[in-house]
Amino acid sequence: MKYFRVPPAVLVGLGGAIGTVVRYLLSLAVPGAVGIMVINLSGALILGWLLTALKMRGPDEGRRTEVRLFVGTGVLGGYTTYSTFAFGSAEFFADGSVALGLGYAIATVVLGTACAAAGILLGRRFPMMGEKK
Amino acid sequence: MSVLLAFAVGAAGGVGAALRYLVDNAVPAKVRARYPWGIALVNLTGSFVLGAIAGALTGTWLTIIGTGLLGGYTTFSTAAVDAARLLLKRRITAGVGGTIATLVGCVALAAVGYALFA
Repeated sequence: MKYFRVPPAVLVGLGGAIGTVVRYLLSLAVPGAVGIMVINLSGALILGWLLTALKMRGPDEGRRTEVRLFVGTGVLGGYTTYSTFAFGSAEFFADGSVALGLGYAIATVVLGTACAAAGILLGRRFPMMGEKK
Repeated sequence: MSVLLAFAVGAAGGVGAALRYLVDNAVPAKVRARYPWGIALVNLTGSFVLGAIAGALTGTWLTIIGTGLLGGYTTFSTAAVDAARLLLKRRITAGVGGTIATLVGCVALAAVGYALFA
């Protein structure tokens, strides 16, 4: 079916706006490093699942590409953040809280990679509905 | 929290995310196939600019540019999924080395950016 194609950068931008607002509201509800960590870990898990599930359903084209760009690169990309995480970690070091800075940085990266891997493995087993390869 | 500020943060985040897509795609596909340099570049530059902005600005503008624009520009989820994919493919050196280099680089650049503009 032919339909109007939204330029990729626009799809990513629209999704990114949604993800950013959700992160902003969550970080108001749970301020500081804990909130950002929960956001980054949950985003890594969901993105790992989404990208794998999309691959399981078929080649990266048409609607699947649009979902990847809008939800994956856009919503989840905008929902998670590296800059706020990196600056938050640097702030701990600057305040002399070396253990907290190291703990926050290492825990986020190690658990984030583990969450992404768990998402990938979940995606292989549970790609949800749609045609499978 | 004002609704207007939430909209401004979202709009800025959308611009940041689109910018991330364009910067990532400006890195040649052949280079990105070996290692996701595009996202590393985005996160390193975004962390530096956030440090600088946090040093130079306060209040509403810091929220719009820091939380919105730079929060939407940089991303943790893609970096984590890229690292997990490399590790699952047994590309341990690239997965672990790239993750540590990005982490150390981003934290250091955020601190340098802040020190330069505070």
